[in-house]
Amino acid sequence: MLDLLQQQLTWTNAAIFLAWGVVLLLVILGFVTYAIYFERKVIGWMQLRIGPNRVGPLGLLQTVADVTKLLIKEDTIPKKADRELFILAPVIAFIPSFVVVAAIPFAPQLMSADLNIGVLYYVALSGISTIGIVLGGWASNNKYALLGGMRSAAQMISYEIPLVISVVGVVMMTGSMNLRVIVEQQAGGFWHWNFLPQIIGFAVFIVAAVSELNRTPFDLPEAESELVAGYHVEYSGFRFAFFMLAEYVYVFAIAGLTASLFLGGWQAPFPFLSFIPGIVWFLLKFSFVVFFLFWLRATMPRIRVDQLMGLGWKVLLPLALANIFVTAIYLGITG
Amino acid sequence: MIRTEELLLNVGPQHPSTHGVFRIVVKLDGEIITEATPVMGYLHRGTEKLAENLTYTQIIPYTDRMDYVSAMTNNYVLVHAVEKLMGIEIPERAEFLRLIVMELQRVASHLVWWGTYLLDIGAMSPFLYAFRDREIIINLFNELCGARLTYNYMRVGGVKWDAPEGWIEKVRQFIPYMRDKLDEYNNLVSGNEIFLARIKGIGKYDAETAIAYGLSGANLRCTGVPWDLRKTQPYSLYDRFEFDVPVTTNGDCYDRYLIRIAEIRESLRILEQAVEQFPAEGEIMGKVPRVIRPPEGEVYAAIESPRGEIGCYIVSKGKDKPYRLKFRRPSFVNLQILPKLLVGETMTNLITILGGVDIVVGEVDC
Repeated sequence: MLDLLQQQLTWTNAAIFLAWGVVLLLVILGFVTYAIYFERKVIGWMQLRIGPNRVGPLGLLQTVADVTKLLIKEDTIPKKADRELFILAPVIAFIPSFVVVAAIPFAPQLMSADLNIGVLYYVALSGISTIGIVLGGWASNNKYALLGGMRSAAQMISYEIPLVISVVGVVMMTGSMNLRVIVEQQAGGFWHWNFLPQIIGFAVFIVAAVSELNRTPFDLPEAESELVAGYHVEYSGFRFAFFMLAEYVYVFAIAGLTASLFLGGWQAPFPFLSFIPGIVWFLLKFSFVVFFLFWLRATMPRIRVDQLMGLGWKVLLPLALANIFVTAIYLGITG
Repeated sequence: MIRTEELLLNVGPQHPSTHGVFRIVVKLDGEIITEATPVMGYLHRGTEKLAENLTYTQIIPYTDRMDYVSAMTNNYVLVHAVEKLMGIEIPERAEFLRLIVMELQRVASHLVWWGTYLLDIGAMSPFLYAFRDREIIINLFNELCGARLTYNYMRVGGVKWDAPEGWIEKVRQFIPYMRDKLDEYNNLVSGNEIFLARIKGIGKYDAETAIAYGLSGANLRCTGVPWDLRKTQPYSLYDRFEFDVPVTTNGDCYDRYLIRIAEIRESLRILEQAVEQFPAEGEIMGKVPRVIRPPEGEVYAAIESPRGEIGCYIVSKGKDKPYRLKFRRPSFVNLQILPKLLVGETMTNLITILGGVDIVVGEVDC
């Protein structure tokens, strides 16, 4: 894949890229299908339940059935909604979530785009999704949805910044924004992975990432017990499915990004284990992060809006800045 | 032109966190509430009016449906009032059975509150843990009277069903089990930073306000007033048992939470003693005339339900049906402080405070 990226653009190459895009989309859809299943199972076990076990063997087809149901549902648009924006919002929320996956390196030769600014590309594009959410909340012409959308905007501003700044430490250590280079530099055992020297950055990144994902304990925009369903309260059928899809694709993307930035991507935790293909290691780390996110959901209550802002601005941002400072001093001393 | 506008938001009657068909109309300035008006009556069934055309025994199932989370205490308050008016002697075994089911009910009711409160705050798992343990109590009741929610268990003069063989033993085994689980709950939830930040200092009021609003139950005791009818006006057999009334002084949601958890422990203490002293034999019905005709007069009987003071006021004209019957429902009375507490709070705190009051809409609307 990397070789192809360096070649001239020809029709064959374009076709390969297109095919690759479709394959990636299918992989992600497959992931989302089973991430939802996995989430429901994991949370079910943590909550003394069984989780889905009726549709298909072990309930494996449950999500497929759910998605089918969503797709064949009547497409309702509230009469007083802003029709164009209402239709546009789920699309705007979904597209960036899929596009950012391009920058994630799955294995040494397996990534869609070898960007020199991979990290920047990710954070810049992922910010666009929030516009979709705010639009959805606004266009629905529903008070709950509006509150959810506004919360989302406030939350995004408060957390995008610590998220970006917490990554800067890694970028400084590596000297590159290219995710492939960042992963390659973490070779040689888990003590070379970034999460150890960048432990503060890692902590800030995880908190900010969970918030970016709008997942428990930061699921304020769709806080069920307060705002009923938040920004997507008026959405149903496949438009709602798109919002859900965006959310889970971001889980996929954030897990991939965390694995690449801090957990050594495709690198083996011990050098003698490096005979196992990199993709396996990547998937293991990736799954662990995904599991961690689901685990949080089963454990945590929801934080309040003002506390969320306070945490973002008063705790995470100073911590992330201090992290940059310390990293800079360390790099200055060691040269 | 940019201008700001107040947002009039209808919370309920169909809302996940109003615990039934309860509605509050709030005016929002951003996320801050400037005015809140509870709108009640969506579940009004006219129980008190219906009761005027029912014999006393027929009213009992209606009381089940008021506070459906704590039906046993509701049963008791009615039969207690009638017994008080008629001066009926209750056999000891029957009174013990009543007391045991009432305390089990208190545990079950607080468990429901605990679970749903955390669900309101956004934690999903505790709800299922609470319902796992409540299920044991429900099964005990099921074994006793064949119903899981609306028991219709008590009668004027005693109880309808005797405890089946081994039932008391099961209650005995439940006590240490529940204590264990309470520790687990505390480990899981009580120290959680987010949880504490959400409920500490929220929905605060002082003892004077609480008394002025006629609050009772945990809503009153959280302000430092040690008012528990089981202690202050002992009914049933409560004067025979040793137990404490948990009291805290901060008057916020966190204190109400602590009190309810502590009350589960106290209930278990009472149960432990009651199971020990349970008479091995005896009648379960006192000497009651076939047709219950209380003498002419009025009576007010109040007991401590899990939600506070539940009272039953009966005016009898000497007929087999009450001339007038009135329930003092703690959920309804406790709810009246809500508009005062909500002003200046955020939308999120609305849910926290409403949940902390612990209402059951069936009882609010009656």
